Amino acid sequence: MIGSFVGVLYDGFAYGMLLFLLSVGLSVTLGMMNFVNLAHCAFGMLGGFVAVTLINDLHWPFLATLPAAFVAAAAASVVFERVLYRRLYGKSDLDQCLLTIGIVFMSIASAAWLFGTVQQPVQLPSWLRGSVDIMGRGFGVYRFFLICVALALTGALIAMLEFTRFGARVRAAVDNQRMARGLGIDVDRVFMLTFALGSGLAGLGGALAIDITGLDPSFALAYLVYVLIVVAVGGLSSIGGSFVAATLLGVSDTAGKYYFPEISSFLIYLVMVGILMWRPAGLFGKR
Amino acid sequence: MALGEVKSASVDHIARRAKWHPLEIVFWLTTPLPFVLTPDYLQLASQIAITALFAISLDLILGYGGLVSLGHAAFFGLGAYTAGLFSKHFWGEPFSGLLLAAIVAGLFGYALSFVIATFRGLALIMITMGIGQLLLEAANSLGWLTGGADGLQGVKMSPLFNRFRFDLYGVTAYAYSLTALFLCFLVARRVTNSPFGLSLRGIRENSTRMLAIGAPNTRRVRMIFTIAAVMAGIAGALLTQTTETVSLETLGFQRSADLLVILILGGVGRLYGGVIGAVIYMIARDQFSGVNPQYWYFWIGMLLIAVVVFLPNGILGGAARLLPKTWVRA
Repeated sequence: MIGSFVGVLYDGFAYGMLLFLLSVGLSVTLGMMNFVNLAHCAFGMLGGFVAVTLINDLHWPFLATLPAAFVAAAAASVVFERVLYRRLYGKSDLDQCLLTIGIVFMSIASAAWLFGTVQQPVQLPSWLRGSVDIMGRGFGVYRFFLICVALALTGALIAMLEFTRFGARVRAAVDNQRMARGLGIDVDRVFMLTFALGSGLAGLGGALAIDITGLDPSFALAYLVYVLIVVAVGGLSSIGGSFVAATLLGVSDTAGKYYFPEISSFLIYLVMVGILMWRPAGLFGKR
Repeated sequence: MALGEVKSASVDHIARRAKWHPLEIVFWLTTPLPFVLTPDYLQLASQIAITALFAISLDLILGYGGLVSLGHAAFFGLGAYTAGLFSKHFWGEPFSGLLLAAIVAGLFGYALSFVIATFRGLALIMITMGIGQLLLEAANSLGWLTGGADGLQGVKMSPLFNRFRFDLYGVTAYAYSLTALFLCFLVARRVTNSPFGLSLRGIRENSTRMLAIGAPNTRRVRMIFTIAAVMAGIAGALLTQTTETVSLETLGFQRSADLLVILILGGVGRLYGGVIGAVIYMIARDQFSGVNPQYWYFWIGMLLIAVVVFLPNGILGGAARLLPKTWVRA
């Protein structure tokens, strides 16, 4: 009993870290730029497909595909930001919702056309496969890897936003756009870079997710719900909040699937609706 | 004296808004044409009428109440399952099932409206979506009641008025759905052109100011939300009764999203937007039904982007700009 509990906790935490990687970018863009970007997971899916293609067709090593997924998603998002998103800054959240749902639909159809609707197979390098036995329980190596990556990224992100000049600019632009402009900060550029960073992280998350969640064209919509739950529950623009919410969601989803398989998905939505009713701005939201 | 003048001016204003436009009359006169012109497509016409009713219901809360909902299918599905279960376990007379579906959806909407009316923005979107998903998951896990993923089996409808059977061609179905659509439309039209409707418009445009002049904002929003829930429930029940099946898909997120597309395509906040959107969307989907649905969504996505970027008020909004001023009103 205790043993299975530890196992569920470990898997759940790893799953939570995965959700965190997928959603932290959205918490940055949605919280900071106030843009309801439902296409966030579409960028994640893009990262996933880039990684799959590089591994299977071009035989890149797994680790090398991760930065590639990041760069591809970031670059694609800059194009979308310049062409479409920036027209809707400051418009109603309904318009932003619709535009980005449109992008999701198109991305799903394009992915289905390019890759088919089947699950994409991916082969991890041997040092990431298998599990390590500790006190008679197996702990997946890849999950440990995920946790390490997520923790490292969290540290790096917080350090970047808190201690670097770029981070200071971002925070200034978010807190008071006009004042930031007045001080000579190029707010447009800061937002563009923030957006690229957020989508790039989604791309990275998508690439890392394949082994756990699988990858097919419905990824963009299926994980959107989870990502939105993380962001809404954690509170906008709060990296720590997203971290806590993702952990909560990951552990409770895994535990729910393990202990109450019939009602697990029901529970998640119930918890989310409950938390949002209690704190509409999320657990760590300021507004 | 002065007060009397103000009063009569406002009464005039409302009366002027409520007057029927010739184009409206022409539009409703064309709706029975499918009986004569396209008798093979009456089932489709019936589905269009149902979707149009559903879209009008969303328009009431989105266009008039100003609430973004990504879970409106909850009421549709609730109505659909209520009507289905009622006909399965009690009797198949359509009107009583329709009425019960409306009541159940309305009660659920009323209870929910206390929650909904206090939220805005992302929290509202997430809560509506969450509630929609909750109902979907509930219906999925209550397999003994709803049939789960296989859909509800054994829905049998008695003939309408004990005379008109729901036939394969959909003659009765279309007549039934169209009548329901028209009656609900009359209600929606009356509601939106009433002082109540005008105050909703005020709340949508500037809620702080409406509060300042003494309008009970949340109560108004709650009321329109309940009305919309009733209509969505009726739409769902109509679908059940005319097709004699209920599937989980009536509660799905896809249905809520599609509906939003339909309404945005037609134009928000003008009742006919939803109707026009439903006609265009459903006919297009029928025509392209041979195409893989995944590719179909590519064009839907592109359409959505185009509408948001180029036609902010939908097709009707675009058309209103082309027609002379006297022909259309704001």
